[in-house]
Amino acid sequence: MAFLHTATGTSSGPKSGIKSKSWTPYLLLAPGIIWLITFFIFPIISLASTSTMVRPEGAQIGTYVQELRFQNYIDAFQANQEQYVRSFVYAALATILALAIAYPLAYMIAFKSGKYRNILLVLVVAPFFTSFLLRTVAWTQILGDEGPIVSTLKLLPFVDESMRLTSTPFAVVSGLTYNFLPFMTLPLYASLERIDPRTLEASGDLYANAFTTFRKVTVPLSLPGVVAGTLLTFIPAAGDYINAAILGNPNTRMIGNVIESRFFAVVDYPTAAALSFTLMATILILVTLYIRRTKTDELV
Amino acid sequence: MANQKVSQDTGDLVLNRISKFYGDFKAVDDLSLTVPDGSFFALLGPSGCGKTTTLRMIAGLEEPSQGTIHIGDTDITTQKPYRRNVNTVFQNYALFPHLTIFENVAFGLRRRGIKDVKTEVDKALALVELGHLAERKPGQLSGGQQQRIAVARAIVNRPEVLLLDEPLGALDLKLRRQMQIELKRIQMEVGITFIHVTHDQEEAMTMADTIAVMNQGKIEQMGSATDLYEAPRTAFVANFLGQCNLIKAKVQSRAGGKAVVTAKGHTFEIPLSRVSTENDSILLGVRPEKLRLDDKGVNSIKDCVVTDRSFVGTSTQYLVRTPWDLELVVFEQNDEGLHDLHVGDKVSLEWDPEHTFGLDGAQDVNAGADLDDEE
Amino acid sequence: MTTTAIPMPSLSHRAKRWISRNLIRIYAGLAFIYLFIPVAYTFAFSFNDAGKSNLIWQGFTLDNWKNPCGAPQVCSAVVNSLQIGILSTVAATILGTMIAFALGRHKFKGRSTTNLLIFLPMATPEVVLGASLLAMFLNLRISPGFWTIVIAHVMFCISFVVVTVKARIASLDPRLEQAAMDLYANERETFRYVTLPLVMPGIAGAALLAFSLSFDDFIITNFNSGIVSTFPKFVWVSSARGIPPEANVIGSAMFFIALIIVIVGQVVSRQRKKS
Repeated sequence: MAFLHTATGTSSGPKSGIKSKSWTPYLLLAPGIIWLITFFIFPIISLASTSTMVRPEGAQIGTYVQELRFQNYIDAFQANQEQYVRSFVYAALATILALAIAYPLAYMIAFKSGKYRNILLVLVVAPFFTSFLLRTVAWTQILGDEGPIVSTLKLLPFVDESMRLTSTPFAVVSGLTYNFLPFMTLPLYASLERIDPRTLEASGDLYANAFTTFRKVTVPLSLPGVVAGTLLTFIPAAGDYINAAILGNPNTRMIGNVIESRFFAVVDYPTAAALSFTLMATILILVTLYIRRTKTDELV
Repeated sequence: MANQKVSQDTGDLVLNRISKFYGDFKAVDDLSLTVPDGSFFALLGPSGCGKTTTLRMIAGLEEPSQGTIHIGDTDITTQKPYRRNVNTVFQNYALFPHLTIFENVAFGLRRRGIKDVKTEVDKALALVELGHLAERKPGQLSGGQQQRIAVARAIVNRPEVLLLDEPLGALDLKLRRQMQIELKRIQMEVGITFIHVTHDQEEAMTMADTIAVMNQGKIEQMGSATDLYEAPRTAFVANFLGQCNLIKAKVQSRAGGKAVVTAKGHTFEIPLSRVSTENDSILLGVRPEKLRLDDKGVNSIKDCVVTDRSFVGTSTQYLVRTPWDLELVVFEQNDEGLHDLHVGDKVSLEWDPEHTFGLDGAQDVNAGADLDDEE
Repeated sequence: MTTTAIPMPSLSHRAKRWISRNLIRIYAGLAFIYLFIPVAYTFAFSFNDAGKSNLIWQGFTLDNWKNPCGAPQVCSAVVNSLQIGILSTVAATILGTMIAFALGRHKFKGRSTTNLLIFLPMATPEVVLGASLLAMFLNLRISPGFWTIVIAHVMFCISFVVVTVKARIASLDPRLEQAAMDLYANERETFRYVTLPLVMPGIAGAALLAFSLSFDDFIITNFNSGIVSTFPKFVWVSSARGIPPEANVIGSAMFFIALIIVIVGQVVSRQRKKS
């Protein structure tokens, strides 16, 4: 379970340096690193290059030439400011909601589950085994106008007949929360599980009540898990477009939807590239600030 | 290739002026040592004294920064661990968790290309009396059993030198005592040189023929347990092995096979053979059980006061304050001669000159005392 | 001292205490229900006698399970997904494990750069990964298809494999390898007989993770697939007009197969510890 390990994220050097010829590590690294450079770094550069291209007058759709037009970024941002801001707001909301749901869940599994701990952990990951898209589509039907929830709510006297749950910001944020919940739960669990329950008892012994113990001992000790979990939720949520496409409406479009449609529907590669690049840069800046702020640099 | 990669000649293990530096830190400092073939040798010292580093250099897991290591005539200083005929019983045993006990013990034999391992493994398991556990995995064994398997896994290879790195550290007291006797028996049976690293002075004294006491990367003193205990040559050794009373004194004369010393107006005698310094400022040492609550002897201190008393079963331990406010420890056997003194009682102390030793007075009186016993 | 009757706490009081003591368990139970609602829904609708629309319940049938390939193109999409998943898993597991060993067992220059290069793809939104790869393929005039999907999947799986395997290597007691060397195993034998078997569960876990990431990936795939269909892509395309119940059958089957693999894995590892 990678999520667990991402949370523990020990990036320290080898404890025992088996003495080896100096080129051995480079031989081991070479194929994978070359792959990542070719199919990650190089495409990112390619994306950067595409982002300043321009379609020449009268040229065929999909043909662009490099003109180093940085105005593309400003144009792209101005045209899609709304979706851009919305992406981060939705992602932040989903992250907070996921944290609120996952923290007690992870706490329960770490401290109160006894012999059922492994089973419960499997249950946290299990929904993932059903395709992400299938589950998202299932939510459209559950929350749909003819679905069980809306029909039940409509029986209530104060609920409007025209009430809907799908195609609303609520549905999109819920979908994001739902889909990334395990990414939040597992790192939280991993860091909570490492807390020695005796430190909690010691806190109680030293006159802290349950709430103070939680605030002064549990939360600080689980901080690496909180940071890892929020990052693993926020990053994919900010770039997601499936939830907005399936559960939302044109007014809940996120930046991912714009990028996708610029690429496929409009065939406007420079704008799509500029938007992707801005999204990635913003996320990296936010992540760096966040990690600095929470002083969990060793996590990366 | 079966046995080629292992050096075959036997002989003494000789460390010649080896040092190990980690940056500016000298873990082992110009250490020379000869361990006779077939002996049970202990490297004793507090944690951080360099004993484990020395052991790892013998095993080949660390390379000395300076100096050489020989077994017999073979220089093994830079030989790979798997090429030297030295095996280790690791701290916490390092048994392979994915292999059965049988396969753990057979591991070294198989690596050396020996086809028929069964006889040897069975013999080794029989030696540690755990033949019935051959098909289990290490995780199912108790600490004591794992410890024995670790020994079996090493000695099945008939190494020239067997290294034991704090092998009993993880066991409880009772089991530790039992394993001390067991290890001694195994050593006698197989006749391999054992080098036992420990911070437990009692363990070293019980088991080893020869003990080297290490401190800050150097050997303080080497000898039999009796030598070290009865005639320590440094304050560190005196304090680290058992308890010791050390009194600052001045040599007045050295004549007639004895030194006459004075401390705060009291005169004491020490046999010259037991004075390990030419210096006139010395530390007069005497073990607590050698002190008697009496005033007849040559060496005696009158007008002392009992300041504490504790009963520890076989003996009663008193803290006695001298007229010049030095506290001395006195052990008195619980037999007929028991004085049964109480706090505040006036007493005199006396002891035989032959039980006295004289150390260089330039040393710290408390060197080696009160060192944490646990790693 | 006299004995006094201890007043029985009232029923509502006891109920309150029970609730406050088990609050966190109740909360966790609700969270699990939330997690499983769509799974249960998907499973239930795999038995829907759907006819034209699988949006509402029309009646129970086993036909979908008897013939999961009934819907057009669904099975060819699944076969593509399986092939891509297996190829990507094998490649990413090998490449990632090699990197993990370099990071976990060797000292070399450029360690922090390597760590950054491993971390970055995990910190990049999928839409950017997908778009950038497509931008490159388009610039190089490579038309996307089966192999571009495999390339993309290997790329984003490597980091997850490295992180998983590296954690396993880090948790290994270095003394075990030293013990092997002490017992006449040279570097290669130490690796083969001690290190590799002990790291194997981590590698297996990483491979499972890589496969599930690959099999379930939609965003990156959608950018780099051209006309090739995968199972998630099939679901996406058909979601507009209602997903055929056969897709629910396949999704549910995947769920149970994965669950069985995980449970068997847990049981086996527990048994190994025991015997």
